[in-house]
Amino acid sequence: MNSHEKHLDNDPAPRLDRISIAKRAARDLIDGSTVNLGIGIPAMCADYLPAGVELRYHAENGILGFGELAKPNEGDPNLMDAGGKFPKRIKGMAFFDSVESFNLIRGGHIDVTVLGGLQVSKKGDLANWMIPKRGIGSIGGAMDLAASAKRVVIAMEHTTKSGIPKVVNECTFPLTAKNCVSQIITDIAVIDVDKKHGQLILREAAPGWSFEDIQARTDATLVVQSTLRVIT
Amino acid sequence: MVGGFGGAGGQPTRLMLALRDLGVNNLTIIGNVAGISKTTGYGWPEHLEPIDQGIFFESGQATKIICSFPVPGTTNPLSDIERAWQEGKADVEIVPQGTLIERIRSAGAGIPAFYTPTGVGTPVALGKEHRIFNGQEYIMETALSADYALIRAEKADTRGNLQYIGTSRAFNPAMATAAQITIAEVDQIVEPGGIDPERVGTLSTYVDRIVERIPGDPLP
Repeated sequence: MNSHEKHLDNDPAPRLDRISIAKRAARDLIDGSTVNLGIGIPAMCADYLPAGVELRYHAENGILGFGELAKPNEGDPNLMDAGGKFPKRIKGMAFFDSVESFNLIRGGHIDVTVLGGLQVSKKGDLANWMIPKRGIGSIGGAMDLAASAKRVVIAMEHTTKSGIPKVVNECTFPLTAKNCVSQIITDIAVIDVDKKHGQLILREAAPGWSFEDIQARTDATLVVQSTLRVIT
Repeated sequence: MVGGFGGAGGQPTRLMLALRDLGVNNLTIIGNVAGISKTTGYGWPEHLEPIDQGIFFESGQATKIICSFPVPGTTNPLSDIERAWQEGKADVEIVPQGTLIERIRSAGAGIPAFYTPTGVGTPVALGKEHRIFNGQEYIMETALSADYALIRAEKADTRGNLQYIGTSRAFNPAMATAAQITIAEVDQIVEPGGIDPERVGTLSTYVDRIVERIPGDPLP
């Protein structure tokens, strides 16, 4: 993998910023679906939904149907989301305990979860919980969501800051779940995972990026089945 | 067991402080999000100094924690729990959150073990029984009980029925069923009838002791 390092200097065009990754992920979310957004880029999707799309947001701590956050110092500690932030009280929301919350997840009732990732493999294996430098990590609800949500989308940077690919043949970090990821949205590409055949299909490229540019920054082999679209 | 989710709401903060001040040792803490509020402010209003399960590790009273989320992220400073773990003074057992709550629920419900898809193919599955149902692989997880459950509710009646508010339920109702002794911290104790039977969140049978907050307590 070391051969991929320091390619950032040789990028053919700018990479998308975090907001643009979130916007692209948000575009595919279907009106009315029950969605769980992880912390970081995934949570930002909520701010960039297409017009007319309303989602039923679920958070692990026992809340369904929340929306925007309360203003600073106006939050209620008894009205929290899973990121430890305080949403506003709005009509139609529901509170429940952790047993019910994970019945919803494990029972396959979450339509889509968007999560961050450290590595995704060609088979759709996901690694995103262990902090390798610290030898310890946090699982939280990630393993349950990755194993049981109907659709798992990973929104992340395509490589580490030093240019090491995060889309790989086999994950080297401890897994969150096997064969679970349906789509990877990065700062240079949109990739569908053919979980059955263990194949990665490159669908979209950031403006100014070619198939070869993206493949050079990807450990796993990518295939193109139709014309490569530009991420807009 | 220490109830809540992580953060101020639903956390039995006064009972935790009392347990720390009691000075008992060799504690195993079972909680969910663990010890990250002090360093990150997670789940606490900006104007308050956060208190979390780290107090038992700072004081050296706890030697182990079973939890789902003990480390907040790559750039945050070390929590008291992570420091105790690094120094070899405490074990940290990290359990997927859905598995943790189901293990606790099972203990209260008389179910010794169950199969879950969560954790298959990950370090969590190591050494556990694997079994295939309808073509899908599952691992066996066992029930998790405790000597004491410290939980938090809004209101109790004098029989011990509890009423919760907002997202403060989280791990509290299941933990109430899974310990030898369940102690509930509440804002207010009312006479029977003071809680609408439609709104009882934990049944009195599960609750052994109730502690009422001093009115006007500044802690959430």
